[in-house]
Amino acid sequence: MTVKLVFLGKLADLAGAAEKDVPGPLDWRGLLEALPGPLGEAARGEKVKLALNGTVLADKTALAARTGDEVALLPPVSGG
Amino acid sequence: MKDIRVLHGELAPGPAMTAFNAAHPEAGGIVSFVGKVRPDRYVEELELKHYAPLTLKGMEELADATLARWPLDGVLLHHRTGVMRPGDPIVLVAAAARHRRDAFEAAQFAMDHLKSDAWFWKREKRAGEWHWIEPRDQDHADLARWS
Repeated sequence: MTVKLVFLGKLADLAGAAEKDVPGPLDWRGLLEALPGPLGEAARGEKVKLALNGTVLADKTALAARTGDEVALLPPVSGG
Repeated sequence: MKDIRVLHGELAPGPAMTAFNAAHPEAGGIVSFVGKVRPDRYVEELELKHYAPLTLKGMEELADATLARWPLDGVLLHHRTGVMRPGDPIVLVAAAARHRRDAFEAAQFAMDHLKSDAWFWKREKRAGEWHWIEPRDQDHADLARWS
């Protein structure tokens, strides 16, 4: 009965883990409540995007995750 | 034709280019670019992470956008993940076309997008400590010139 949170990049360092299970369902307010301190602040930042089950959300505050869903927190990317 | 891969082990540009060339006998030219871990006296290791539900799909979409923008015979995007050492290849981009200018521009377009608009996260180990790397202003400017 949980939603899986996945932390990418530096957010995994802030979370102290790459993943965390939280009770579902989960909306934007619930997500912020589940993320203490600097992690929650980072999630609010405009550079951090959210993906729900592999689809990036155009508006992260419209998050509506159900039990069994996977929510990824995506900080700015850098490849190559 | 697309050859798009996220590689969790070694990236070998030579064999990949030999195969890409063989797959495109119709091409008048092929441009390739190999990005490497830049040798730097302070950087001991570099690590690239990806997110499987997004990364390969995003690279496929980038390849489609590249093919839609120039008349190409094929495009190749190979990107590594994991821990690498200075001098190791990170990324290989190639474009095959009838004419060279299309191939050059397509390879630059794809590379600029992989650098700051693909689902990878990079960190460097300096003096035993890992530091996350965000795109430089130049990377954003390189991307903006295509829009």
